[in-house]
Amino acid sequence: MTTRVLFDEPGPRGRARIRLWTVVALVVLAGLLALALWQFGRNGQLGRSRWAPFLSPDYIAFLGAGLRGTLVATALGAVFSFPLGVVLALGRLSSTRPVRWAATAYVELFRGVPLLLLIYAFLLALPRFGINLPILAKLVVPIVLVNTAVIAEIVRAGVKAVDHGQAEAAAALGLRDGATMRLVVLPQAVRLVVPALVTQLVALLKDSTLGYVVSYPELMKQGNNLTVYTHLLVQTYLIVAVIYVVANLLLSRLATYLEGRLGARVRGRVTGTPAEAQQAMV
Amino acid sequence: MGVVLDNLGFLLGGLLTTLELTVLAFAGALVLGTVLAVCRVSPVRPLRIAGAVYVEVLRNMPLLSLLVLFVFGLPDIGLTFSLFASAAICLAVFGAAFVCEAVRGGINTVPVGQAEAARALGFTFGQSLRHVILPPALAAMVQPLVNIFIGVVLGSSLAAAVGVSELTNRTQVLNLQSAEAVVLFLVSGAMYLAIALLGGAAGGWLERRVAR
Repeated sequence: MTTRVLFDEPGPRGRARIRLWTVVALVVLAGLLALALWQFGRNGQLGRSRWAPFLSPDYIAFLGAGLRGTLVATALGAVFSFPLGVVLALGRLSSTRPVRWAATAYVELFRGVPLLLLIYAFLLALPRFGINLPILAKLVVPIVLVNTAVIAEIVRAGVKAVDHGQAEAAAALGLRDGATMRLVVLPQAVRLVVPALVTQLVALLKDSTLGYVVSYPELMKQGNNLTVYTHLLVQTYLIVAVIYVVANLLLSRLATYLEGRLGARVRGRVTGTPAEAQQAMV
Repeated sequence: MGVVLDNLGFLLGGLLTTLELTVLAFAGALVLGTVLAVCRVSPVRPLRIAGAVYVEVLRNMPLLSLLVLFVFGLPDIGLTFSLFASAAICLAVFGAAFVCEAVRGGINTVPVGQAEAARALGFTFGQSLRHVILPPALAAMVQPLVNIFIGVVLGSSLAAAVGVSELTNRTQVLNLQSAEAVVLFLVSGAMYLAIALLGGAAGGWLERRVAR
């Protein structure tokens, strides 16, 4: 897709220039690829013996177990942070001031503190006070704490995007505030933010890589364990990275698909940009 | 509280490293991201495809995976950088994918008709960019860029996991030496929070300035 904002349909001279640049770009890109391969080859990393082991059932099972760990941590993170995020969003929208303030403080706090710092706190500091969670919980609890805040913001945007007339109609029908939210506004809001929530799964999956720090055997840690025995560092970490990218691409595609299903009527109404584009950074 | 005061210099040194890492990486991400965005909107097909592939891959790769690949994997093919440089490069390369999308998103918010009108009025490419397209596009970019800045701040903490002695790493080191652990984490957390909130406030100010 070209954006036609910046230039017109090119004329004959423009087309000639584009052809020239196309050739230059192709040469440069091919050169970069060749350079990378040459660098691998020069250091003896291209040999069959350095890559073939990854096709053996043992290696696949080992990394597969890691992928399972990643999916477990991601799923647990989602199962807890999605409902808690909805509750927190309701807190931020509450008409009771102290509740609203508390919910806002929580969101600001956990969106401004790095996940790794929280994980270190659960891993190193809290055990001294007798709070020694199982390893998986040391990973998942901080992930849930942080992601609840993010999800609350997504859901809040969804609630705000629901047409005001809906709440007014519910009030006219005699529903109380709580019932209006529960029966009328929230179901529509959640439907609006489903793509954004799927995108948030990508963030959760990325967060689960911190299992590497707490030694929970997810994909990153399993990859690391594998290198201890095999010393195939660059190969293992490249393959692990590719697995992550493929898994996340599938989730991103799902989000785009769901957004398409929702139709143009609501697309982009929540935050103005497609769900895929607002992917969180870390 | 004693442990914080006794090691204040050590902690502040970590904060400084975090800030250096953030500023360098964010600056690098801005430059690289803008170049990528130019590639993605250019009429040259291979550049568009290369830009799209870069963005899709980097945005879907966990930062820690990239860091570990860079720090522990690249020496295998004869590329070695200092830990600090590795972390800065990874953060910049990673952030660039997000900056690219923010810049592209900003340009796309400008209605096509405005650019066409500028061309119809005989504006050159540079003039239409400077007077017509960039002012609203920049205003639309500020908020996403601020989010990316905060992402870089928080992301820089991951450098601790590969051994860069920045704020998170030093907090964890001090924690192992002392019993007053929780205070340390609260102080470091407050430092990160302060950077994030200040970054957000600066972004809000900038947005008002640019929008005018």
